[in-house]
Amino acid sequence: MNTLFDKIWESHIVDSDDDDNHLIYLDRVLVHDLSFHVFNHLRAAGRRARNPNMVFSFADHFVPTVDREPDVIRPEMQEMVDLLAKNSAELGIRSFGLSDPDQGILHVVGPEQGITLPGLVIAGADSHTSTHGALGCFAFGAGVTDITHAITTQTLWRPRPGNIRVTVSGKLGFSVTGKDVVLKIIETIGAAGGTGHVIEYAGEAIENMSIEERMTVCNMSIEAGARAGLVSPDDKTIDYVRGRPSAPTGKDWDMAEAHWRSLATDSDASFDREVTLHADDIAPMVTWGTSPEDAVAVTDTVPNPQDEADQNRRAKLERSLDYIGLSAGDRLTDVAIDHVFIGSCTNSRIEDLRAAAAVAKGRTAKVPAMIVPGSVPIQKQAEREGLDRIFTEAGFQWREPGCSMCVAINGDMLEPGIRCASTSNRNFEGRQGKGARTHLMSPAMAAAAAVSGRITDVRELMR
Amino acid sequence: MQALIELTATAVPVEGANIDTDRLIPARLMRNPRDAHRSYGPYLFHDQRFNADGSEISDFVLNQPAYRDSKILVSGRNFGCGSSRESAVYALLDYGFRCVIAPSFGDIFYSNCVRNGVAPLRVTEEEATRLRTSLAQAASPVVSVDIRALTITGPDGHVYNADLPPFQQTRLLEGIDEVEATLKISDKIDAFESRYFAAHPWLRDGLTEGGA
Ligand code: SF4
Repeated sequence: MNTLFDKIWESHIVDSDDDDNHLIYLDRVLVHDLSFHVFNHLRAAGRRARNPNMVFSFADHFVPTVDREPDVIRPEMQEMVDLLAKNSAELGIRSFGLSDPDQGILHVVGPEQGITLPGLVIAGADSHTSTHGALGCFAFGAGVTDITHAITTQTLWRPRPGNIRVTVSGKLGFSVTGKDVVLKIIETIGAAGGTGHVIEYAGEAIENMSIEERMTVCNMSIEAGARAGLVSPDDKTIDYVRGRPSAPTGKDWDMAEAHWRSLATDSDASFDREVTLHADDIAPMVTWGTSPEDAVAVTDTVPNPQDEADQNRRAKLERSLDYIGLSAGDRLTDVAIDHVFIGSCTNSRIEDLRAAAAVAKGRTAKVPAMIVPGSVPIQKQAEREGLDRIFTEAGFQWREPGCSMCVAINGDMLEPGIRCASTSNRNFEGRQGKGARTHLMSPAMAAAAAVSGRITDVRELMR
Repeated sequence: MQALIELTATAVPVEGANIDTDRLIPARLMRNPRDAHRSYGPYLFHDQRFNADGSEISDFVLNQPAYRDSKILVSGRNFGCGSSRESAVYALLDYGFRCVIAPSFGDIFYSNCVRNGVAPLRVTEEEATRLRTSLAQAASPVVSVDIRALTITGPDGHVYNADLPPFQQTRLLEGIDEVEATLKISDKIDAFESRYFAAHPWLRDGLTEGGA
């Protein structure tokens, strides 16, 4: 009678007040190289980590994707990386620093290392902590003050969120991916559609997805305003976790597996809201504006603000179009692209790179195009598979792992007016550089944009 | 954090829905330290407020003389959506804001506001529009908020009901240091850990010596 979320939530309540606020126990706390305020707060208050073994830090936001060796790295980036190492050592926590053989984006490395497990509650100093929910855990982002509280007490006060289930029925079509599904969901429920709620993703299309693809879907839950995204654990989840460096082993594994299998949402459980989408109605998606909800099928045109009756919404659309430099009625496939970025915690896993390589193979990039793997293990895996050669032969740049041009603070930044096809998660004004214009899409679609120099329906290209 | 009970101050209408945290503070400025002088104020709405040469963009609402000393901000739906960056709240606070009024907020931004003594007050979409319109028309765009009574009084004397759950209201009124408060109930956390790690033994490696 319970949902996955109910089961996780109930088993983590330490204390409660009279208004459905709960002190929730945290199994993991994740911080990164932009979390220096957290360490400063802890130091100023003379506070320590309650359970340092449950706190992890990652060098990702500031790490260069080229020239990262000791002698050539830019001093301001080295400074941030050193600061994280020093702060982590002081707190006594495991840190995935710049030269760590498992370095990468926190939301890629956590699952990859088995730090993320089903049934856990994970608080991260980053909104896309929702990614981890693909493994059947409750993972959410929080700000500096809350993360300071989390490290000091291993808990956080939270109001109990509502629970939405988004069911995607049927089978996805050719070249339609998790990225397209989640953009369609956000377009459907809106950028605030999930506010105050968690979203469980279910249905045949989700069941058929790999764990990597589910991570892409859960990653962008926050772009629908949700606190977290989750998928009930199944055989794929168990297979994904088995053998990971920090996963349980032996008798511990057997107990853990039995527990994880009991977590899936019961068939008669009820949700506060149900949303159903049909896989047949989902095409490769592209954003045309400055909010992830501004998404359409690649075959579509830019909407007309004049069709919008509500004055606030009309003003919002006009502002988006003004910034992005497009007009009502423009066909997306006519839009020329100046730059391509394939990476970020949304789409930098091995499958994403394989999908992009399949499009790049034997073709040539017409515009600058960067491939930024999510972690060193993914980078190595791709190199073993020869993907790096496919990319470089096609004129793509093969870079070192990190957040890179998703947030554009490591030196990878676009000039004003540059239009970028990007596999990241936010097309906000200025996100990839002041005045830069972002179109969100899947890795295959971004690779297709690179080799054609404009937004392209990858289905046409690959037919 | 500083308690907030009542506030009468200039209020600025910032039009638009989904005003995200990247607009409140561009990511590239977040590497900068925040010193005791509340140095994040100039970063607020940085790319809309300033030209590349540092001069002000005169038609941005916060640069207009009537709104320069604002302490209250009124905006549209889903204000503060996006990133978990608490620096978005630091920028607001350092500029001088203590209250943000909107129909809805990004969840993480909302928590971050309360943790820093900035009141995020919800009103309906119609009321937010009405309040912004009356601010744009008022000779003196001054608003009063009462966190105890949960009311907002517009420049035309109209009184709006503000939505703020009791949990957040208490924290704002009392300026509670939540870490201190939770540390006082550490025994409950100890007891939880004993039960929890007994039931989930494969997680016990997370505990350090001295734990359960
Ligand atoms: S890749 Fe982008 S969204 Fe993901 S953690 Fe890094 S900056 Fe945040």
